Amino acid sequence: MREATDIATYLADLEDIPGTQVFTAQRARQGYHLNQCAMSLMKPENRERFKADERAYIDEWPMSEEQKEALLARDYNRLLNLGGNIYFLAKVFSTDGISVVQGVSTMTGMSVEEYQAMMMAGGRSPVGQRSIRENN
Amino acid sequence: MARITHGIGCSHIPVLGYAHDHGKDGDDYFKPAFAGFDWTREWITAPDSRPDVVILVYNDHASAFDMKVIPTFAIGCGESFTPADEGFGPRPVPVVEGHPDLAWHIAQSLVLDEFDTTIINEMEVDHGLTVPLTMMFGDVEKWPVKVIPLAVNVVTYPPPSGNRCWALGEAISRAVSSFPQDLKVQIWGTGGMSHQLQGPRAGLINKEWDNRFLDGLTGEGQDLRHVPHIEYLRETGSEGIEMVMWLIMRGALGKSTRALHRHYHVPVSNTALGHIVLEPVDPTVPPSRTLEGGSPIAQKMIA
Repeated sequence: MREATDIATYLADLEDIPGTQVFTAQRARQGYHLNQCAMSLMKPENRERFKADERAYIDEWPMSEEQKEALLARDYNRLLNLGGNIYFLAKVFSTDGISVVQGVSTMTGMSVEEYQAMMMAGGRSPVGQRSIRENN
Repeated sequence: MARITHGIGCSHIPVLGYAHDHGKDGDDYFKPAFAGFDWTREWITAPDSRPDVVILVYNDHASAFDMKVIPTFAIGCGESFTPADEGFGPRPVPVVEGHPDLAWHIAQSLVLDEFDTTIINEMEVDHGLTVPLTMMFGDVEKWPVKVIPLAVNVVTYPPPSGNRCWALGEAISRAVSSFPQDLKVQIWGTGGMSHQLQGPRAGLINKEWDNRFLDGLTGEGQDLRHVPHIEYLRETGSEGIEMVMWLIMRGALGKSTRALHRHYHVPVSNTALGHIVLEPVDPTVPPSRTLEGGSPIAQKMIA
C-alpha cells in the first residue's frame, strides 16, 4: 500500500475512501458548533430542553442553516458532509433513544433489519470499498 | 520496583456495557462475545497474575473532551474518575480509582523522555474505559485494581502514528520500571477491531486483517509499527484506527511476547470484537535517547 510522505498526499488519501468522511481538520472546523451542540446533549437538562423544542435549542448555536436542517431531519450522511463527527452525533442517537446500530444503519441505505442481517453474516466486505481511485 | 507483567488488548464496544448492565450477557446474541472473556476473568483474579494497577489506554468518545481541547495523549493523574453520562445516564458501575503516585511519576518521566503528555486531574470516563473493566472483572462492588487512564486522540485527524504509539509504550515501560514501589502493573490497549460507524460504508468488517494484526502482536516482529493510517482506514473501517492504541500496549511489553489467550468474534453491534492476553518473553525496551531520560540526576528528581 502506498504510504504518504507529505501532508498534502496524506490528506488527499483520506478523501479517497468510498462512503467515508474522515474527520479532518477541515471538517472539525466546519462542524465545530454542530458537534459542540450534539455534545451538550450529554446533560439531562439539555436533553429535556432539546426534546421540548428542538429548533429553539439548536438556534442557540451558531450553526449554518444547512446544519440545523440536517440535524432536525436526522440526516446523518448530510451531517457528516457538513462537519459532523459520529462520536458527537451519537449523543443525538442516545437522546432519541435509538441504538448505535439503528442510528448507523440510517446512513447505509438499508433498513435496520437488512443492516443487522449484514452484520450477522460477517459485516460488509472491504472488497471494492477500499479506494475510489483504484476502484478496489 | 514496579514492573509491567502483562498486556491486554480488548475492544470497548458500548453495547457490551449495556448488555452487562441489563443482564443480557447470557442472551444468544451476546453469549459468544462474553464467553471469550471467561478465561481472562479467572486468570486476572488469581494471586499470581492479579495486577495492582492497570494503565488503561483508550479513547474518549466526545465525553470528557469536546472540540475545545484535543490532547493527543492525556494521562489521568487524579484520585478518581467518575463514569460519564453519554446521553442515557451514567453506567451503573463503580467509580474508577486512580493511582496518582504512579501516574504522576509516569507523566514526569514521559516529559523527560520527550513525550509531552497532557496531565488530567479531573475527568469523567466513558465506555472506552469502563467496558474493558467490565469485561475483565464482571459485576463488582468496587474495581479490584487502581486504574491510570491514558486517553489517545483517535477522533480528530491525524491521530498519532503506530510508530509513535509503540515508542510511547516503550517509554511507559521505562517509566514504570523506575518507580520504586513494588507494584504489578498491566497495560491494556483498547478499541477496535475493524468497524465503521459512519456513512454508506458503515458496517465494514475485515476478519483476515484483524487476525493478522493479532498475530503481529506476538513474537518479536515490529511490522505493526509501520502500518499507515490509510491502511487502517481502507482495510478496517474509519473507526478501526482505534487499533493504534493496542500498539502502546504492545510497545510497553518489550522485545518479544507470547499470547496466553485470544478471542475474536463478529459481530457485536457494528464491530468486530477482539481480545488478547500477552505476556512479555523478553521485556527489554531500548534505553531513553534523551538527555533527561538518560540522566541519573534528572531521574533522581522525580523518584
